[in-house]
Amino acid sequence: MNLPDTLRFATRAAAGAPLRTFLMVLAMSIGVAAVVVLTALGDGARRYVVDEFSALGSNLVIVLPGRSETGGFNPANAITATVRDLTVEDARALTRAPAVLRTAPITIGTSEAVFGGRLRDVTIVGTTADYLRLRRMELAQGRFLPDDEPHAAVAVIGATIRDELFGAESALGKTLRIDDRRVRVIGVLARSGQGLGMNADEVVILPVVVAQAMFNTNTLFRILVEAKDRSLIERAKMQTTEILKARHDGEEDVTVITQDAVLATFDRILGALTYGVAAIAAISLVVAGILVMNVMLVAVTQRTGEIGLLKALGAEGRAIRNAFLAEAALLSAAGALAGYLLGQAGAFALRAAIPALPAHAPDWAVLAALGTALAAGLLFGVMPARRAARLDPVLALAKR
Amino acid sequence: MMLIELSGIERVFTLGDNVVRALTQFDLAVAAGEYLAVMGASGSGKSTLLNLLGLLDRPDAGTYRLEGRAVTTLSADQQARVRRERIGFVFQSFHLVPRLTAAENIALPLMLAGVEPAERARRVERALADFGLANRAGHRPDQLSGGQRQRVAIARATIMRPALILADEPTGNLDRTTGAEVVRLLEMLNAGGVTLIMVTHDTVLGARARRRLVLQDGRKICDEPA
Ligand SMILES: Nc1ncnc2c1ncn2[C@@H]1O[C@H](COP(=O)(O)OP(=O)(O)OP(=O)(O)O)[C@@H](O)[C@H]1O
Ligand SMILES: [Mg+2]
Repeated sequence: MNLPDTLRFATRAAAGAPLRTFLMVLAMSIGVAAVVVLTALGDGARRYVVDEFSALGSNLVIVLPGRSETGGFNPANAITATVRDLTVEDARALTRAPAVLRTAPITIGTSEAVFGGRLRDVTIVGTTADYLRLRRMELAQGRFLPDDEPHAAVAVIGATIRDELFGAESALGKTLRIDDRRVRVIGVLARSGQGLGMNADEVVILPVVVAQAMFNTNTLFRILVEAKDRSLIERAKMQTTEILKARHDGEEDVTVITQDAVLATFDRILGALTYGVAAIAAISLVVAGILVMNVMLVAVTQRTGEIGLLKALGAEGRAIRNAFLAEAALLSAAGALAGYLLGQAGAFALRAAIPALPAHAPDWAVLAALGTALAAGLLFGVMPARRAARLDPVLALAKR
Repeated sequence: MMLIELSGIERVFTLGDNVVRALTQFDLAVAAGEYLAVMGASGSGKSTLLNLLGLLDRPDAGTYRLEGRAVTTLSADQQARVRRERIGFVFQSFHLVPRLTAAENIALPLMLAGVEPAERARRVERALADFGLANRAGHRPDQLSGGQRQRVAIARATIMRPALILADEPTGNLDRTTGAEVVRLLEMLNAGGVTLIMVTHDTVLGARARRRLVLQDGRKICDEPA
């Protein structure tokens, strides 16, 4: 029996039992659809996080006070290290590094802002003029912190703060009271929407010296460093470490991380999550495969008389085995195709429901799902097919 | 040369402690073109004999030569080929594939033999016409009468132009007149040169055969006119 005849025979057999065929295709398609939708969700989450991080600004090196031990606990360090604070002078010193384009010191705190009887909790960010460009932010109105007046009592406010404190009024030039200090609003940030970490729409940005005076401190929360080029990130990191070590009496008491490293970590974690989810979904494919096996075994029992007849007509064992295998493969293929369409529809619905989430199933997941479905169908189809091929023709014919 | 030569055939079934000698010390020679009726009580071994002759079953001892060739020692695939090309079966219960049309059922042996679709269609059309089924080609078995079903089965058994037709009670599920029609059809084929071996309980039908074989407890008790 040649291939087209085998396929046609198997198709007719599958069409001859529509309910059985429908159930098997359904089981297989649910498995494939589960893989497609779940990996779309996982990969969408991964891409969302990566995109959000990229939006924070590119070529970033971040300096944190204190040493984070990654190579295990070092007792020598624990005894000798006295953690020095990061200072505004440290940040200024870093701009002299050849690989560094600009830096921005950051100090952070919360306080209350008052205007015309309206009061609101705000996040205060103390920084310098370069922060705007470093974070790739846009202004909606006015201007950003001045370069040359580090002590000016001025503020740049987020869009939400502006709406809630000033309403229909213009905010520019108005005086805001924060923690009993008066600051003049000189700029409003463009609306950025919800991002990872802090929401830029709800911050009040002050000159770093003013913010430090407000919080009665002279330390920094972070120093953001922008490398001149993507290829210079590692060099900027090294130079930053060197300069701070020199300034801190040869003590390496800061942690310098690159945004790439943070990104890579998130990428890895969420990527692993996607693989895990795909593997769990794939189990449903194996379950579907077992179902295929059972249904095919029932089919062999139901069609015993037919198998006996085919043997009497001179069918070799191979022809009968191939016919049943082809049937299992056809059902799996139909299920895989239906599941693929179902899964893509599901991913589409996800994207429609959560527009921010780029829920596209990755190609590897789609291929793996289709491959697993076909392999499971064939693998679990082998046993019933062989049983059919081995039936004794006399007994098979006797069975009605 | 004989078409069929059986000598010293033994076929034993063991069910627990129960040993049934379905055929024992069985010899038979059938020339090409003969018309043989196999008769005997129920359980006398008629179907067992036909299954052996059709290579659906293997004897426990003895030799079977078909067209001069020892066939009991052939591999399963070689036996399948012999069945496909030299032997046609007609069963009491027709054994048509229910989801296939009359034409497709008749085409089954051609499909198994890998005959070209165009050639297949030509031969099936001829067979449909020969067996008076031309206007039933697209009907499924459940849309056919018993006599029509057995005609489809006979058309299928002869489509490969076999040397031997084995019919196990081909009229068992048919009324007398329809059964007689089917037997006449088989006799016409025999007149065309095909060897016909038919199991029957019907003495009237058996009397029409040129040679009658009567079995009892797995032995030949009568073979006339041998
Ligand atoms: N697969 C089997 N297992 C055990 N015993 C069997 C088997 N097939 C046949 N027999 C036994 O062999 C003997 C001959 O059976 P066979 O079917 O050849 O009889 P038969 O002459 O065709 O009878 P009937 O006219 O009822 O069809 C019977 O006693 C039967 O019980
Ligand atoms: Mg019988």
